[in-house]
Amino acid sequence: MQKITRSVLIEKAEKLLNDGIVSRVLGWKNGDFSYDITPAIFTSADQMKKDFVYGDFCGANFSKYLVKETRKDEGKILVFLKPCDTYSFNQLLTEHRFDREKVYAVGIPCDGMIDINKIKLAVGDGIVSVDTDSEVIKVNTLYDGVKELAKNDLLLERCANCKSKKHVAFDELIGETGETLENNRFDQVAELEKMSADERFAFWQNELSRCIRCNACRDACPACTCEKCVFDNPNSGVENKSPANSFEEQMFHIIRAFHVAGRCTDCGECSRVCPQHIPLHLLNRKFIKDINEFYGEYQAGEEVGSRAPLVNYTKEDIEPIDAVNKGDK
Amino acid sequence: MMNNIKEPLIPNVCVITDIRQDTPDVKTFRVLTLDGKKPFIHKPGQCAMLSMPGIGEALFSITSSPTNTEYVEFSIKKCGCVTSWLHAAEVGQQITVRGPYGNGFPVETEFKGQDMLFIAGGIGLAPVRSVINYVRDNRANYGKVDIVYGSRSKDDLVFYKEIIDEWVADSSINVHLTIDREQEGWDGHVGFVPTYVKELGFEPNKTAVLCGPPIMIKFTLQGLGELGFDKKQVYTTLELRMKCGIGKCGRCNVGSKYVCKDGPVFRMDQLDALPDEY
Amino acid sequence: MKKCLLSNSNALFNEISKNAKLYIPVDLEKGRVAYKEFSDGMVMSDALKTDRSAKDFFFPQTETLMAFKTAGKSIEITDTRSETEDFVIFGVRACDVKSIEVLDKVFLAEPVDSYYQNRREHGIIVSMACSKPSETCFCQTFGIDASMPEGDIVCYKTNDALYLDGKTEKGKALIEKLGVLEDCNDDVVKEEQQKIKEILNKLPLKDLKADAFGKDKTDEFFNRPEWKTLSESCLGCGTCTFVCPTCQCYDIKDFKTKTGVERFRCWDSCMYSDFTKMSAGQPRLTQLERFRQRFMHKLVYFPTNNDGMFSCVGCGRCVAKCPISMNIVKVMKTLGGKDDE
Repeated sequence: MQKITRSVLIEKAEKLLNDGIVSRVLGWKNGDFSYDITPAIFTSADQMKKDFVYGDFCGANFSKYLVKETRKDEGKILVFLKPCDTYSFNQLLTEHRFDREKVYAVGIPCDGMIDINKIKLAVGDGIVSVDTDSEVIKVNTLYDGVKELAKNDLLLERCANCKSKKHVAFDELIGETGETLENNRFDQVAELEKMSADERFAFWQNELSRCIRCNACRDACPACTCEKCVFDNPNSGVENKSPANSFEEQMFHIIRAFHVAGRCTDCGECSRVCPQHIPLHLLNRKFIKDINEFYGEYQAGEEVGSRAPLVNYTKEDIEPIDAVNKGDK
Repeated sequence: MMNNIKEPLIPNVCVITDIRQDTPDVKTFRVLTLDGKKPFIHKPGQCAMLSMPGIGEALFSITSSPTNTEYVEFSIKKCGCVTSWLHAAEVGQQITVRGPYGNGFPVETEFKGQDMLFIAGGIGLAPVRSVINYVRDNRANYGKVDIVYGSRSKDDLVFYKEIIDEWVADSSINVHLTIDREQEGWDGHVGFVPTYVKELGFEPNKTAVLCGPPIMIKFTLQGLGELGFDKKQVYTTLELRMKCGIGKCGRCNVGSKYVCKDGPVFRMDQLDALPDEY
Repeated sequence: MKKCLLSNSNALFNEISKNAKLYIPVDLEKGRVAYKEFSDGMVMSDALKTDRSAKDFFFPQTETLMAFKTAGKSIEITDTRSETEDFVIFGVRACDVKSIEVLDKVFLAEPVDSYYQNRREHGIIVSMACSKPSETCFCQTFGIDASMPEGDIVCYKTNDALYLDGKTEKGKALIEKLGVLEDCNDDVVKEEQQKIKEILNKLPLKDLKADAFGKDKTDEFFNRPEWKTLSESCLGCGTCTFVCPTCQCYDIKDFKTKTGVERFRCWDSCMYSDFTKMSAGQPRLTQLERFRQRFMHKLVYFPTNNDGMFSCVGCGRCVAKCPISMNIVKVMKTLGGKDDE
């Protein structure tokens, strides 16, 4: 696949800005290292030429920002969407969370984003820069010179198990769109299902015990766009806070998983942003896997306005008791 | 061993010995220790943390004067979780108390020998009442005293009985009451506090204590400015969300100040120097 | 100066843990590093930093403050505090040691927080010089020297040995009890310090300066227009505050148990929308104000109240962990003006 370069995107943005089609561009801004890239709003091509970047560390899913940005009275916004981002985009549209008229979506191809944590795991601390121009990633380190790593070993979890290279929403495409892919994203869920209830409990206990209740998973999640989250409500007794005990901590993630069930597109932002590296996506994938098995294959965000199985009664729906028994191992 | 070290966050159990319905949504609670003493010694303008376990803890200004040797009082408007619970409480109910917190008004320093002008709106009289009664009980230490107090209606004037029976009856102070709109049975002044202050046209040689809703403070301050008052002559109290009361939890941090510890009383010129986040 | 061969470190740790509970940084799965209570055979991590800082030992994420029993109209308070056992934290980096000093300024100021004080009095900090600082490190910005950390005992690790130097009375007393240590001169340590200084000089953030910030600079920075773009993509999560070794805002909440009520305290974050929310209003309405508060506090307000001491120690955790990679370094570069035009 042809690699999309920074200059191609700037050129596209410049044209759209000059033609008055958009007034702002939601893009990625350069950091101090190769990998610390921040979502930013650009209002001119000059700004973009100075600070805009596009590369293998541009993992952030921009769809959720549109909820906030389209409420500003600042004109149409250009957003670059990777294939998986377009699913969140559609899901948000299905839920009427932003004004489509205020967005100009440019689909861009993606051959997988890199997880900086995997690089750190491989080379340790002291990463001065990362050269991602080819499939062999060259990491320049303070202590061991340049180290070469295979890109395939460094992909973000969601990219290693990419579900689709297909753009399901866009006004315009740069390059070509791809197809949905065969993937192994439910393998680890299947592993968990094979465990005994006690083993599974121990697995999650270990993972969730590290939670610091920073809410990054919720705040990055494109499915979490409630105007007022239950966890922000001081009267809920479960507001925003470190847990009174571990039970509450576990409940936070379970409640959240339930709340996004059927709406989660499996974009993987929750696990990407977790500072404690808790594999939160597995909770959501369990729901997706169950929904697929109970109601037939369903991909949230695949098309705007689709009725999710959980909110669409049919006579063929699984009986609740069968669903319950299925989980009873 | 630990239990011998005083921990500021651990409160004392006290008891509500009297509840007075002041207005439809304000009640005044008299609080004593379990053995019938005053829970603490305080300065006018200071606050204390009251709580009911399981409901929550909140900071309230102390409305009684330090010169009252028998008890402390809190006048509380029903508006949130803790206040609603307190409004439903009965005499004899125990609550927890810790404090007093904050700086209080400089009654023994800057205020001494000054002509005093107290301006309050609604529940804003709660902290001011403490100073007024302190000044009345140490009358010789202060010059002329004027009180301007207003509320939405006659029924919303907090401490109405005390105002009439004691303050108005006290020939050494001048009380000016006002309500927002005409009302049957009210033959006093009608109009908003800021306008009334301007109408009364005080000489700017006084020290003013100003407390009430933000909008009232804003316009009264303007009015005082027009009358020639300097910001250094005007004091007010702030209210922000607080949890610890001792300048550590970070919640009431405005600029380099902590309202619970460095406030709640600020002189207007000091307040102007703070970022506008209160 | 005392010395212990690395091959003998298990014996050293065993000896320390006979005197007090010992916590050492340990490698967990997937590159995670955390302090764990030492048990025989446990291997100390070589990683630069633990995921969570040593703050947790003194100011835990959540702790019970007291308990209540209520019956009818009466309330009974139980003081749940108990004396902390002596404990040793081994391998605290220079930045994290300094962060405890920052926390002291808050919790040990009058009125003293006895929960914190109790742990401080019983904790012994064995610091560890940083032989391999990370690209995200900028402790030098705040005058911290990673080659000479503070602490009760300072430790240097070379290829074959640990070198320990008792600095405080507590630290010296502990070293006296450790028979496994042998006397040595400080030649190796001096050499190691020199090596570290050379590395520090190569770090990408070595030129970051905090001079532009500091006490009484509120007016200079509060209304800067750059706050808008800096805070624009902030998610409003609490990651930066919770991984930060100096962030210490907390909430106090009640929790109903089967037998009564527990009042606990937990970390809170000025980044959260409900942090300053009252029934009467909200002084910090948008994420811009909340974002600004955090950095103004670290770079201006805290120094104003503490003789110019910043409440950032340059550990770089926020740099590594922020979901959108916005951090104090970018804030300082943007507002401090030196690096960015």
